[in-house]
Amino acid sequence: MTSELTRLSASDTAAAVSRGEVSAVEVAQAHLDRIAAVDGQVHAFLHVDNQGALAAAAAVDAARASGAGLGPLAGVPLALKDVMTMTGVPTTCGSRLLEGWRPPYDATVTARLKAAGIVILGKTNMDEFAMGSSTEHSAYGPTHNPWDLDRIPGGSGGGSAAALAAFEAPLAIGTDTGGSIRQPAAVTGTVGVKPTYGGVSRYGLVALASSLDQAGPCARTVLDTALLHAVIAGHDPRDSTSIDAPVPPVVDAALSGDVRGMRIGIVRELSGDGYQAGVRQRFEEAVEILTSLGAEPVEVSCPNFPSALAAYYLILPSEASSNLAKFDGMRYGNRVGDDGEASAEEVMARTRAAGFGPEVIRRIMLGTYALSAGYYDAYYGQAQKVRTLIARDFAAAFEQCDVMLSPTAPTTAFLLGDKLDDPLAMYLNDIATIPANLAGTPAMSLPAGLAPEDGLPVGLQIMAPAMADDRLYRVGAALESALVDRWGHHLLEEAPAL
Amino acid sequence: MPAITPAEVAHLARLARLELPADQLDRYAAQLEVILSAVATVSAVDTDDVPPTSHPLALVNVFRPDVVSASLGSAAALEAAPAVESERFRVPRILVED
Repeated sequence: MTSELTRLSASDTAAAVSRGEVSAVEVAQAHLDRIAAVDGQVHAFLHVDNQGALAAAAAVDAARASGAGLGPLAGVPLALKDVMTMTGVPTTCGSRLLEGWRPPYDATVTARLKAAGIVILGKTNMDEFAMGSSTEHSAYGPTHNPWDLDRIPGGSGGGSAAALAAFEAPLAIGTDTGGSIRQPAAVTGTVGVKPTYGGVSRYGLVALASSLDQAGPCARTVLDTALLHAVIAGHDPRDSTSIDAPVPPVVDAALSGDVRGMRIGIVRELSGDGYQAGVRQRFEEAVEILTSLGAEPVEVSCPNFPSALAAYYLILPSEASSNLAKFDGMRYGNRVGDDGEASAEEVMARTRAAGFGPEVIRRIMLGTYALSAGYYDAYYGQAQKVRTLIARDFAAAFEQCDVMLSPTAPTTAFLLGDKLDDPLAMYLNDIATIPANLAGTPAMSLPAGLAPEDGLPVGLQIMAPAMADDRLYRVGAALESALVDRWGHHLLEEAPAL
Repeated sequence: MPAITPAEVAHLARLARLELPADQLDRYAAQLEVILSAVATVSAVDTDDVPPTSHPLALVNVFRPDVVSASLGSAAALEAAPAVESERFRVPRILVED
């Protein structure tokens, strides 16, 4: 029974707990056992909170015994990306600089998960301060893709995606600044959503680039992702960029899956050359399926999307260099070189050089350069204007279609180490995901099947207008249902046993 | 696009409070050169009369009522401090005597 518990969806798990067929403690223990058995190979987790998870599960069981109504995900375990603060356990952001730091407060997302009776198993691995597409930039070593342990699980949220694919947790939280939820979902055969910017509170999310960062739900099915979305989304007075409006009806949309009459935009600039053959094949197949279900494909053009990557890699480092200035070893985090003689400025410089890895240092210096006098207009200012053009591309395209479709990533999972010494090649992984961050629009990645040439998962990206997150779930549910019927099982059933 | 020199990287490192050894300055200069020449393609985009976007939302000031509410206590705030003295953060000297 316990090994079967880790294969259940989140919604089935919650239903079983609610009916008393299994206790939340049994569910939590089954997942902790699974982590103990396989995480030595996968390394999805940086910290496993055995005690805290079992105590949270026991509280759900006690609430049920006392007759209290349980929420739709009560008793379901979750893996939390280590960029979200949570009291009682370390938050490292994958960095040596914050090794052992225990934050004094819960992020709003963390607080909402706890209030919903969701059982947080631990903190997941990530590229340092969420900078990367492979988790190889974690100071604590990479996460391995459960489909092939020699390959990357995507990044920066590779730990969260790998935990789902390895059946260590049915739910996870990611954060997406340029694709850090969607690209890991694509290469691990899981589902991930970047909500509309402002849809989920950033309070307690350690900031990378504040105008781009957005936390979101990750799971193995579209419905589970929607249920988690509904738990974490909604206005938060502690985040001044949080949208004060009702959460889009994501769960209803995931339950409906009716795409008849929907216009599906195929983005000319996000297909063709530069995409692996098997990725293109699965993408075209998904378009055919949606058409057969009654949707209408429309070709749309977003002529400025090819400039998105360059604009992003100016805007992101600029914001990051400013956000990461607070890590100076004065109030929290590790301090290096305070010998009683050195000045505060010298200690800060030693602390930061010792605490940050090479990718973080590269981006801080890139941002410092882009913001410096003499270069500001040519780089940061120009990138901000390109950002306007990207937003206009979305607006024009959404006059012709209800959602847009593209591959999530140009390739399937590459080998660990393949792009580690070539920062620019690593950045190109985000080419299809970045536009939605620049425009603040929502987007989903879901499994579209395996690439025939390498047998690895391919992700399909669905993009919708701001505050129309429900459309992602409507289209995602339709496609998932048709694909699972065709395969006869969930895609992850084809992953090798760990 | 000017080439970025190790001396410029050293200047950036100082501005960003990063004490980097000399051999790393050369390596970062080469890498930043490659990245900068790629991102410099933004300058080719015609942006005449295009306003900049700093943020995806049309932001307005958000206020809360001006009333005292609970905040983090000093013990909790100091708990993770690298050095504490007299219930305060202890920091290295910030003034240099001439």
